Amino acid sequence: MAKRIEATDVTAYYGGFKAIENISLTVEPKTVTALIGPSGCGKSTFLRSINRMHEVLPGARVEGSLTIDNQDIYDRDVDVTAVRRMIGMVFQRPNPFPTMSIFENVVAGLRLNGVRRKSILEEAAEKALRSANLWDEVKDRLGKPGAGLSGGQQQRLCIARTIAVEPQVVLMDEPCSALDPISTLAIEDLMFQLKDKFTIIIVTHNMQQAARVSDRTAFFSIEKTGDPGRLIEYDNTQKIFSNPSQKKTEDYITGRFG
Amino acid sequence: MTATVTSHRPQPPAQPVTLRARRLPAYAAPVIAVVALLASAGVVYGAGIGGPVLVVVVAALLYLAGLYAAANAVEGRRAARNRTWSALIHSAFVLAVLPLASVVWTLVSKGSERLDGNFFGTSMNNIGARDANGGAYHAIVGTLEQVGIATLITVPLGVLCAIYVVEYGRGRFAFTIRFFVDVMTGIPSIVTGLFVLAFWVLVVSPWFNDGRPGFSGFAAALALSVLMLPTVVRSTEEMLRLVPAPLREGAYALGVPKWKTILRVVLPTALPGIVTGIMLAIARAAGETAPVLLVAGGGAAINFNPFENNQSSLALFVYQQAGEASKYSPARAWTAALTLVALVLILTVAAKLLARRNRLGR
Repeated sequence: MAKRIEATDVTAYYGGFKAIENISLTVEPKTVTALIGPSGCGKSTFLRSINRMHEVLPGARVEGSLTIDNQDIYDRDVDVTAVRRMIGMVFQRPNPFPTMSIFENVVAGLRLNGVRRKSILEEAAEKALRSANLWDEVKDRLGKPGAGLSGGQQQRLCIARTIAVEPQVVLMDEPCSALDPISTLAIEDLMFQLKDKFTIIIVTHNMQQAARVSDRTAFFSIEKTGDPGRLIEYDNTQKIFSNPSQKKTEDYITGRFG
Repeated sequence: MTATVTSHRPQPPAQPVTLRARRLPAYAAPVIAVVALLASAGVVYGAGIGGPVLVVVVAALLYLAGLYAAANAVEGRRAARNRTWSALIHSAFVLAVLPLASVVWTLVSKGSERLDGNFFGTSMNNIGARDANGGAYHAIVGTLEQVGIATLITVPLGVLCAIYVVEYGRGRFAFTIRFFVDVMTGIPSIVTGLFVLAFWVLVVSPWFNDGRPGFSGFAAALALSVLMLPTVVRSTEEMLRLVPAPLREGAYALGVPKWKTILRVVLPTALPGIVTGIMLAIARAAGETAPVLLVAGGGAAINFNPFENNQSSLALFVYQQAGEASKYSPARAWTAALTLVALVLILTVAAKLLARRNRLGR
């Protein structure tokens, strides 16, 4: 199921502005990889270029090579929607579809991609909601609007929506930054469980979170405002947080910079 | 040295000793109002310079001045200003609602005279100046058909145009479309009528009318759709822009193609607002007289076929009855006006209910 992602010299632009430069790293299947670094260093940009969400913005483009199990994501013949079905994404702020019920939200990805059979949808919804630890809380009100849930529940609903289409990789862009500590804990627990099936890449500003949930950590940084973000260090999480090989990484994780 | 520094330190503002403040009693405002009204009536009628309207205007000014003075004396400047501005805002609201209430009252009181089966069941065919009967059946049919056809033309065109401009349009072409839609918003209705007269009635319609120009309800519908189009495009555009980008990205991230995202996520989210915009356009079109007069020609008989021969409409019926030399026609005009307003109201309420039915009950 889960797949390996290899980035080689990935450079991304917003119009004329170079946001990241020459990022190369390999993400192993069934691991959690954390991307950390100061604001504006290009973590989210890199994350968004993995499932081709970067190019949604006008004028944005990506150079270099990104592969998933040796298939080039940016090949000319690649169907963008297939890439995004394979590589799901959870956003910083929960974004359930306001016109849809909880059930419709969870199965939106399946339904909008042509799955009609009610039994299949119901089965998939229950499975995804159970995986997202939300089933017990919402099983009696699946027909109610998704926007009526609390922030933490909405975010788990969005995770359920993402994993309902059975992607191989799940990208998370600061999924806990709008949540309280209890909801954050629920989502971190969830990541541990999901790691059995999916490859997870998470952007986070919370270094304790990165240390708790991830196997590998990538530290991004910029020289100064306006410069492109670069990958400073990429290693096992334990190594990064106990004995980083770069001075900059050490400064950042000990709070002396950034 | 230290002493000078301390003495130059700015004094902190005086702290209030208590959180309570003196307030005008609750009866103060009504008492001032009554006093202002009595004083105003005394002055206006005593000097014999005006009637009830002037009394109310003078009383309102006296009330504002009295309220400010009283509040200033008891509560202080800030509270006095607050009270005066609140009173001004409320007066503005009343002033805005007055004409509306007056219109509704006039319509209902004068329009109810001919609110009978005969009015809704007959046309003006063979109704002479001395005939008390006669109705607007043909005009209601004309309005419904013309506005219906205009809506069928405008809504798909306008919504698709707005989708193009918001979701797909980049660069000069989209900019040009937006610019011309803005320009179209300002076109007077008589000009669209003349345009359809010159283009459709005189040039195109002779091709399938044995060479003779043909007035028709369809021509009126064309003119009305030219009028409706910019309203529909602009309001739909604004509503689509209000749909948050994260919703679109959320759908893209599930591997949903762009067109399906627009159809199943963006449009349903914006639907209530789009429906409101469409209803505004329909209301405007239903009330237009000039284009219908120019290209459908009016007419007294019932004509169900919008593609052939003259047709009337409610607005045109009002215009014609108001100008007719018969003591019975003003009542018909008022009832037709009431019918037109009621029709638009019913359509608006129905459309809003339909749009809400798709949303989830909370």
